[in-house]
Amino acid sequence: MSGHDTLPPLWRLNVYRLALFVAAMLGWHVLTQSKILPPFFFGEPLKVFAQIWKWFSSGSIYPHLAITLLETMLAFFGGTLLGLVAGLWLGLKPTASALLSPYLKALNSMPRLILAPIFAVWFGLGLWSKVALGISIVFFLVFFNVYHGVREVNPVVLANARMLGASKRQLLRMVYVPSAMTWVFASLHNAVGMAFVGAVIGEYLGSVKGIGYLILEAEGIFDINAVLGGVITLTLFAYGLDMIVTWAERRLLRWQPN
Amino acid sequence: MSAPAVVLRDISCTFPPSSRGGQPYTAVRDVSLTIADGEFVSVVGPTGCGKSTLLNVTAGLLTPSTGSVDIFGESLSGLNRRAGYMFQAEALMPWRTAIQNVMAGLEMRGIDPVESRTRATEWLSRVGLRGRGDAYLHQLSGGMRKRVALAQILILEPQILLMDEPFGALDVQTRQLMENELLALWSANRKSVIFITHDLEEAISMSDRVVVMSAGPASRPIGEFPIDLPRPRDVAEIRLTPEFLKIHAAIWETMRDEVLKGYQQHERA
Ligand SMILES: Nc1ncnc2c1ncn2[C@@H]1O[C@H](COP(=O)(O)OP(=O)(O)OP(=O)(O)O)[C@@H](O)[C@H]1O
Ligand SMILES: [Mg+2]
Repeated sequence: MSGHDTLPPLWRLNVYRLALFVAAMLGWHVLTQSKILPPFFFGEPLKVFAQIWKWFSSGSIYPHLAITLLETMLAFFGGTLLGLVAGLWLGLKPTASALLSPYLKALNSMPRLILAPIFAVWFGLGLWSKVALGISIVFFLVFFNVYHGVREVNPVVLANARMLGASKRQLLRMVYVPSAMTWVFASLHNAVGMAFVGAVIGEYLGSVKGIGYLILEAEGIFDINAVLGGVITLTLFAYGLDMIVTWAERRLLRWQPN
Repeated sequence: MSAPAVVLRDISCTFPPSSRGGQPYTAVRDVSLTIADGEFVSVVGPTGCGKSTLLNVTAGLLTPSTGSVDIFGESLSGLNRRAGYMFQAEALMPWRTAIQNVMAGLEMRGIDPVESRTRATEWLSRVGLRGRGDAYLHQLSGGMRKRVALAQILILEPQILLMDEPFGALDVQTRQLMENELLALWSANRKSVIFITHDLEEAISMSDRVVVMSAGPASRPIGEFPIDLPRPRDVAEIRLTPEFLKIHAAIWETMRDEVLKGYQQHERA
């Protein structure tokens, strides 16, 4: 089976990856230049990158980028922390979790983007309404994973720690939290993307700053190249944040095989 | 005379039926067993007869449906703080290295980390794992993990050792090494041991007394055999002596029917 083939070495893989990127861009360029795809709707790669270059070289994008990143970070860390605490707590309290579980499931299945206008009313059009939207998405992602992680703790490992003399707090620190970590990281990769979604959608629906606002503005004057430039910039930063999560995961989950 | 280390009095354990229905299951019924201070007792019996259940009761992890447990003359409620329990299944914390696992109990007692580390290093070499302390569990073999588990418990110097088929997964040579090692550690500092095994030869060669359980359900001890073989023993050599073979034949006589019964019960289940 081809799945058992050994991978090419990393440098060669990276060359292939770069080639793939260049080919895609070239295809985009040729298709829009020859008008097979209308540039008005599909943009032109050279102009898109020129736009991105202009934003960064003139520095005009930095205030927008800063605010979007700040919103994303606050939503990511806030939502993760709240999800962690709530997941641990409910995971350890069967009665409370039985009581709350239908409500939590209902809240989770509610499309939370609908809350954006409500948050705008509550928190205004500034930073906090976007953070609230992001948190409302990230929280549930992390919460359900931690909750499962706590419930799936290996009962023998738990009994062993108790026999060794662990207090309640020590059980939490030495068994529950590390055991739930695998699940937490599985959710954090999604959470990064979702924190960006919360921030950008929030900005898109009403704000005066941020990448979402920039995209909205470009759309207003049908500048498809600037819209795509904003999207690509966001993608790069989301990818960067995801790599940071991967790095932290490697360090914290070093004990796992592979 | 000091109080016996463990007294199990009329212990019965009935498990409620599973949520999918069925009957409640009585694993053990009216089990009474006394382990003297410093005595090494093995419990043998067919699979599923309730050996682990009895150990869980002695550890205080499982409250029996009826009956009571005395530990050194005091009635047991909650966890048995004087016992070290080596579980049948893997019980180490996979997110800790070997040495961090061995240190865990000392850490929980608030002992200075530097001192814990020194003592854990000693114990690792005592169980033959010198220099492997920084390995994570998945980097160790099954037998090595068993030795880490042994060190993790012995470092706390419990007065009672509960061991549930500790060497079941090892090859014959390693197993005999570990058995001799355990006997040496035990005779240096006599603790009370309840040692569960499937292996009658292992039971006889290690113990002062062998308890044979009947097949489940409602299992109970059906025979107790004092083993008056001289100590110190070498577990490999002692198996070749005529005294050993005589005891073996006597116990096997009692066990054979029960093993068959236990096997048939499992076939039906
Ligand atoms: N929590 C439980 N709920 C229901 N039944 C249980 C539970 N724990 C054990 N049993 C049943 O009790 C019986 C005894 O189990 P136990 O684990 O004590 O057997 P054992 O003698 O240790 O077997 P083995 O030698 O295979 O380890 C088994 O039939 C098992 O199915
Ligand atoms: Mg068992």
